[in-house]
Amino acid sequence: MPQYETIATYDTSNGQNMEPVMEYEDMVLFGVHTCDLAGIQCLNIVFSQQPKDTNYLIRKNKILIIGYECNSYCDEYASCRLVYNHLPNGGYDLFFTNLENGSFIIHINTLIGEELVKKVKIFKEADDSDLQILEDLRERKRKIFAKNEVPIEHEKIPELFDKVYDSKIWNELDKRCVACGNCTNVCPTCYCFDVIDESNLDLKTGRRYRRWDSCQNEEFAKVAGGESFRPERGARQRHRYYRKFRYSIEKFSRFFCTGCGRCSRTCMAGIDLKETLTKLVEEQGMKNPDAGHRG
Amino acid sequence: MKTLKRKDSEYEIKKGRILRAKEITDLEKLFEIVLPEGENLNHEPGQFVMVSLLGVGEAPFSVSSSPTKLGSFELVVRNVGKLTNAFNRLKAGDEVGIRGPFGNGFPVHILDGSDLLFVAGGIGIVPLHSLINYAIDNRRDFGKVNILLGCNRPEDMLFSDELDEWTKRLDVNFECTVDRADSGWKGNIGLITSLIPGINLIPERTFAFVVGPPIMYKFVVAKLLEKEIPERQILISLERHMKCGLGKCGHCQINGIYCCQEGPVFSYDKIKDMRESI
Repeated sequence: MPQYETIATYDTSNGQNMEPVMEYEDMVLFGVHTCDLAGIQCLNIVFSQQPKDTNYLIRKNKILIIGYECNSYCDEYASCRLVYNHLPNGGYDLFFTNLENGSFIIHINTLIGEELVKKVKIFKEADDSDLQILEDLRERKRKIFAKNEVPIEHEKIPELFDKVYDSKIWNELDKRCVACGNCTNVCPTCYCFDVIDESNLDLKTGRRYRRWDSCQNEEFAKVAGGESFRPERGARQRHRYYRKFRYSIEKFSRFFCTGCGRCSRTCMAGIDLKETLTKLVEEQGMKNPDAGHRG
Repeated sequence: MKTLKRKDSEYEIKKGRILRAKEITDLEKLFEIVLPEGENLNHEPGQFVMVSLLGVGEAPFSVSSSPTKLGSFELVVRNVGKLTNAFNRLKAGDEVGIRGPFGNGFPVHILDGSDLLFVAGGIGIVPLHSLINYAIDNRRDFGKVNILLGCNRPEDMLFSDELDEWTKRLDVNFECTVDRADSGWKGNIGLITSLIPGINLIPERTFAFVVGPPIMYKFVVAKLLEKEIPERQILISLERHMKCGLGKCGHCQINGIYCCQEGPVFSYDKIKDMRESI
C-alpha cells in the first residue's frame, strides 16, 4: 500500500465531476523476508474483505514477489519465532535461500515464478544433495530460533490480552510515548489512512488521494464536536498492541504482528515490543521461559 | 507510475443536487438533496452518507429524513469545521457528491408491535428524526411513542416546526428540556435524564433509541436500565469520524470493530463490554 495514492481526479468547473482512478507500477519486490511476506498476506486479507479495496487488489496482482530467507536473527529486536514467521509460509512467486556454499536454492511457488526462472537460464535443477543442504540449514535454524522471544506460548497470547486491558504497563507507555507515529509508519501491517483533496492552482481541478495515517496521532479518533475517543497516548499504544495481538485474531484468525521488530528499532522513546510483552506476561504470572521449545 | 481510469470504484460519488437549503439555527442548516433522475437513496433510519465537496473533502453525515419520504433526502449540517463551513455556504441548485448509504441503521423490521422511546440530546435529534418520522408515517405498526429531547438552550432546538406538531399530536408524547434558558422559557429546565423517570412504560415491550453527544450515553443508559428496559432493546448510535465508510481507514474503530460496518447503531448489550464505545 503506497504512502500516497491518488484515488480520483476531479473538476468542479461544472458541478461535482469526479473520475475514480488507480495507480500502479509493474514491479518486482526482491528480497522480501519471511516477516514481510507475512505482512503482505495480512494486507491482502484486510483489503479483500468485503467491501473490497479494489485499487489494492488490482495493484497487488501486478507485483511479482521474490522472497529471501533469513538464516539467523537479523538483530535482537525481531520476534519472528513468537508469531511463526521465521520460516516461509508462502506468499511469494520465488523464494531464495542462501545455502552458504556459494549457491542459492530457489523454491518456485507460482507459474509466473517458473516462467521467470526458465527465461533467465542461469539456474540448474536442485538435486538430492542440494535439498539435503537445505534440510540441514533448516535444522540449524530450528536451533537458532529455538524459543519464543517472549516467554509465552503462541496460543496463549490472545488469552494474555484478554487480561491486560487495564494493566499499569499502558500507563508506563503513556509516560514514554511521544506520539510521533514512527511505530505505525514502519509497521508492515498498519494500513490506516486519511482521505484528502488537493486542489490545483486553478482551484477547480485537483485530486483526491489517500495517505497513511496513524492511530498514534491525537487527531486520529477525534470527531467533529472535538471529542477524542483515545485522548491518552497510553490508550493509543494499547490500541496498537491490541490491533496486532487480539482484535486481528477475532477478525482474521491471525496475529498482525509479523515479528519484524521495526517498531522497537525505530521508537525514539525506546518502547520495545518484546519488552512490553514480557512485562505483560510477567504481570499476569503467565511466564514460561521454555515457551515455543519443541525439544 | 501508470494510471487507470476506474469503473465501479468504491470511491465513486453520485451527484446530489440541492433542492432546498434552509437555515434552521445560527449554526445549522437543513439541505434537501436529490440524486440523479430522482433515484431514492434507499437508506434505513440511522444510516449515514459520505458527502463530498470536491476540493474541500469528504465527511460522514447522518440522514435526517425518513426513507418513507421518496425522491429526495435531507441532511442537517452543523458548521464546526472546514467542510461544514463550505457546505453551509451552498444554496439551492448547487451540487454535492454522495456515497452510500453506509452502516447498520436502526432495526426497523423488528419493531412492529413495540413501544418506542426516543431519547435525543442536542444534535442527536438529527439521526433520530429519520426514525421518528418513519414511526409517525407507519404509526399503526407501533404501540406507545414517547419522544424526549434535551438541548442546551431553547434556541438550539432543531426542527422547531415539527416539535410543535409532535406536541399537538395525540398519538405521540413529546417532552423536552433545556440546560439553561431566560425567563421567557415556560418548559422544563434540567438534563435529559430528568425526563426519563416520569415516563410510564412497559419495559419488556419498549425499544429505546438514544442519540446524543458522547458524554450523554452512560447517564441515559443507566436511567433506562433502572426502568428495566432489556439491554438488547436499548439502541444507541455512536458517532465516529469515518474517512472511508468501507471498514478500512481505521478512524472509526472501537476496540476490535469498525463503527462504519457494524454500527453506527448498536444495541447496548453488544457494546457494554467494549471499553472505547461510550
